Amino acid sequence: MHISRSIEILVGFFVALGFVAMFFLSMEVSNLSSVNGDDGYDITASFENVGSLKVRAPVAMAGVNVGRVTAINFDPETFEAVVTMSIEARYNQLPSDSNASILTAGLLGEQYVGLEPGGEEEVLEEGSELELTQSALVLEQIIGQFLFSSESEEE
Amino acid sequence: MLSYFQRLGATSLGMFERLGRGSVFFVNILLSIPSVIVRPRLLIAQIYFVGVLSFSLIVISGLFVGMVIALQGFYTLSDFGAEGMLGVMVAASLIRELGPVVSALLFAGRAGSALTAEIGLMKATEQLSGMEMMAVDPVARIMAPRFLAGLISMPILATLFSAVGVMGGYFIGVGLLGIDEGGYWSQMQAKIDFSQDVVNGLIKSVIFGWVVTWIAVFEGHDAIPTSEGVSRATTRTVVHSAFAILLLDFILTALMFGDI
Repeated sequence: MHISRSIEILVGFFVALGFVAMFFLSMEVSNLSSVNGDDGYDITASFENVGSLKVRAPVAMAGVNVGRVTAINFDPETFEAVVTMSIEARYNQLPSDSNASILTAGLLGEQYVGLEPGGEEEVLEEGSELELTQSALVLEQIIGQFLFSSESEEE
Repeated sequence: MLSYFQRLGATSLGMFERLGRGSVFFVNILLSIPSVIVRPRLLIAQIYFVGVLSFSLIVISGLFVGMVIALQGFYTLSDFGAEGMLGVMVAASLIRELGPVVSALLFAGRAGSALTAEIGLMKATEQLSGMEMMAVDPVARIMAPRFLAGLISMPILATLFSAVGVMGGYFIGVGLLGIDEGGYWSQMQAKIDFSQDVVNGLIKSVIFGWVVTWIAVFEGHDAIPTSEGVSRATTRTVVHSAFAILLLDFILTALMFGDI
């Protein structure tokens, strides 16, 4: 069977377009452009309550994403949730007494871990544990406390 | 009473026999793939017929599917004031499900039926027997290039479908409905995971391409060599492919996204 040059060119365009579309999906649509591989270090923090924090939730400091939550486990001895976070390697000067709190992006948004820098000279490294943590705010508890306190004020 | 059982038995035996013949045929195709690699021109011609000629159908369908999701999604999301999530909704539904599934269904109708009819007619007009007489293996010369072409074209078409669909959603969402442009892309990038969504969608489309071209080529090869037999085989290709795609899609989705 004879195939002409123009057919070969069209097939070439077709395959190239496939690669362009794949590139578009990976770079523009998905998060590949913001993932920097595994070259980060892991730190852990224990929370009394992680609310609805999910694995892969962002870890932010001053509003900038510095890492991701990689695992959430339950510690059966302290009855606390142990959250493992992977911090990008270029952020290697975070003070070791930074504190972690679970915050919510917007009123109904997803939860993320917010870090606030401390004043220590030492820096966080692989395996460090954050001592100061603040649990997630559970909406029902806040509403309950609010109702309780407003009732007691009336008395 | 016994005759019912006999009919049931005959039907199931026939089904298993076809399945067995199909598997043997598939192994034969796999064995003759090296001979296709030696002659890539055969493959290029088939990619043209199977892939390039399906291009316009896939792009236009993808554009309209993306636009419809954007319109319908906006209607529901605006009830919750979550219009910003429209990009996520369009991209996730296209990349995970609609891209691979709809393009595979279109591909089965556009390319699968053509493959079956072509091979079936070759058989009916004894071209395949003629090749065997000339010591040319029809599996290596006719079936394997078509099978490989389908396997290569399908992921490309599904990816194009998703990409064009996302653009269609963008035109409707940002252009017509006035959603914030930055939010459309940034929410999408935040929520769509490369390995979880894009790669799994690609795996799906490869599997669908494999199933559809396998069914199409086998039905053509297995067709009764009459005009009625070829027409039946073509119908079976489209029907069986659609069943196989939807069933496999459910199984694959349960395996890939079941634990989320």
